Amino acid sequence: MAEEVKLFRTWSSPYALRIVWALKLKGIEYETIFEDLTNKSPSLLQYNPTHGKVPVLVRDGKPVCESLVILEYVDETWKHNPLLPQDPYEKSMARFWANFGDDKLMKSIWQLFIAHEKDQDVAAVAALENLKIVEEQLKGKKFFHGETIGYLDLAFGWIANLVSILEEIMSLKLVDGERFPHLSSWIQHFIDAPVIRDCWPPRDKMIIKFQVMRENYLAAATPK
Amino acid sequence: MAASDVKLLGARPSPFVNRVQFALNLKSIDHEFIPQNLAEKSELLLKSNPVHKKVPVLIHGDQPISESLVIVQYIDEVWSGPPSLLPSDPYDRATARFWAAYIDEKWFPLVRDLRNATDEQSKAAAVEKLFEGLKLLEDAFVNSSNGKGFFGGEKLGYLDIVLGCYLGWVRAGEIFTGLKILDETKTPALVGWAERFASHKAVDGVIPEPEELVNLIKMFQARAAAAAADASTK
Repeated sequence: MAEEVKLFRTWSSPYALRIVWALKLKGIEYETIFEDLTNKSPSLLQYNPTHGKVPVLVRDGKPVCESLVILEYVDETWKHNPLLPQDPYEKSMARFWANFGDDKLMKSIWQLFIAHEKDQDVAAVAALENLKIVEEQLKGKKFFHGETIGYLDLAFGWIANLVSILEEIMSLKLVDGERFPHLSSWIQHFIDAPVIRDCWPPRDKMIIKFQVMRENYLAAATPK
Repeated sequence: MAASDVKLLGARPSPFVNRVQFALNLKSIDHEFIPQNLAEKSELLLKSNPVHKKVPVLIHGDQPISESLVIVQYIDEVWSGPPSLLPSDPYDRATARFWAAYIDEKWFPLVRDLRNATDEQSKAAAVEKLFEGLKLLEDAFVNSSNGKGFFGGEKLGYLDIVLGCYLGWVRAGEIFTGLKILDETKTPALVGWAERFASHKAVDGVIPEPEELVNLIKMFQARAAAAAADASTK
């Protein structure tokens, strides 16, 4: 009996993309349900009542939420083409760095993105420091785990796409080849990887979306 | 394995450190606890956790592992004999990890908010939010425990450790504000669970007494007030 796998996502969510890539790497067939987060479907609210967010992976009617949790679930359920290292210490490092990516790196880049011009210099310091930390991790490696794409590449995948979009909107270069040669090289390899490259959301739509988001944040934060 | 092979850099009042202590105790792992002065961080701590410079850090052999949830999973995977901390089924593991993320990212910050609340209105608002979260955790407990005493079923498991480490601070928050957070009329299952958890032999003696934590809260608040006063007089 074929099992039923569904993925609730939006066209732009970088978190949902992690799961799209993971399922593709594992060769798993599934149904995609695109959500409009301003008008959430009853199914999404039923499957993720706590947060009402995407992505949600539903397998045989049972939902799994939170993208990093879903990645581990996918890896443990479909054991071929492993995403995480087998060695417990290496696995711990992978989990540690994924948390760093979401908790520190992404947040600091976002803070820079929504900063007023007068606050940009300070915000940039944190973002650049965090990027440098990731740069160190990529020394001597094609992908985070070596020669093939794995869990950390999927966890950091948003860098390869979103950063250049935010840079264009801010007119500010963050990840340049001189300061971040390893990160820049990783971006090139990741963006062009066969499993990855067909999944990117349309760039022009992304630019518009994030530009509007930035304007809203800046307007809301402006002292009256 | 010799006790010196496993070291835990920690500070007693930290619930994150306490989690690792529970896990080490449950697995009967000999280890050396090296208390850290967080106001003056040691070379060892800075070397072992250069990214965050925080406790807990588990040093196994010469390999440091940081982040309490990462450490607990590492312990479960390296010392893989019983008792298992995480369930074996991938879906149950995902559920446990989901709630762990919720507890750390959404629920415990509410306890912090309560700790920082200065007037009655903000205290009451903070407690209300805590209750909403506890209702979700009450349901999660009922689903996860399958009629047994712990999130892990008959035995203490991952989620027991993840939530249980906060019980000292929850009790301290109750004493400090005079408001009930774990209320048997609202979350009876969790109240029963909290009592069983606190008296478990792997837990007993790890979490500092609430009174000690109340003193820490008072100290935090005094420091925050002093800093605010300093800032406004400059």
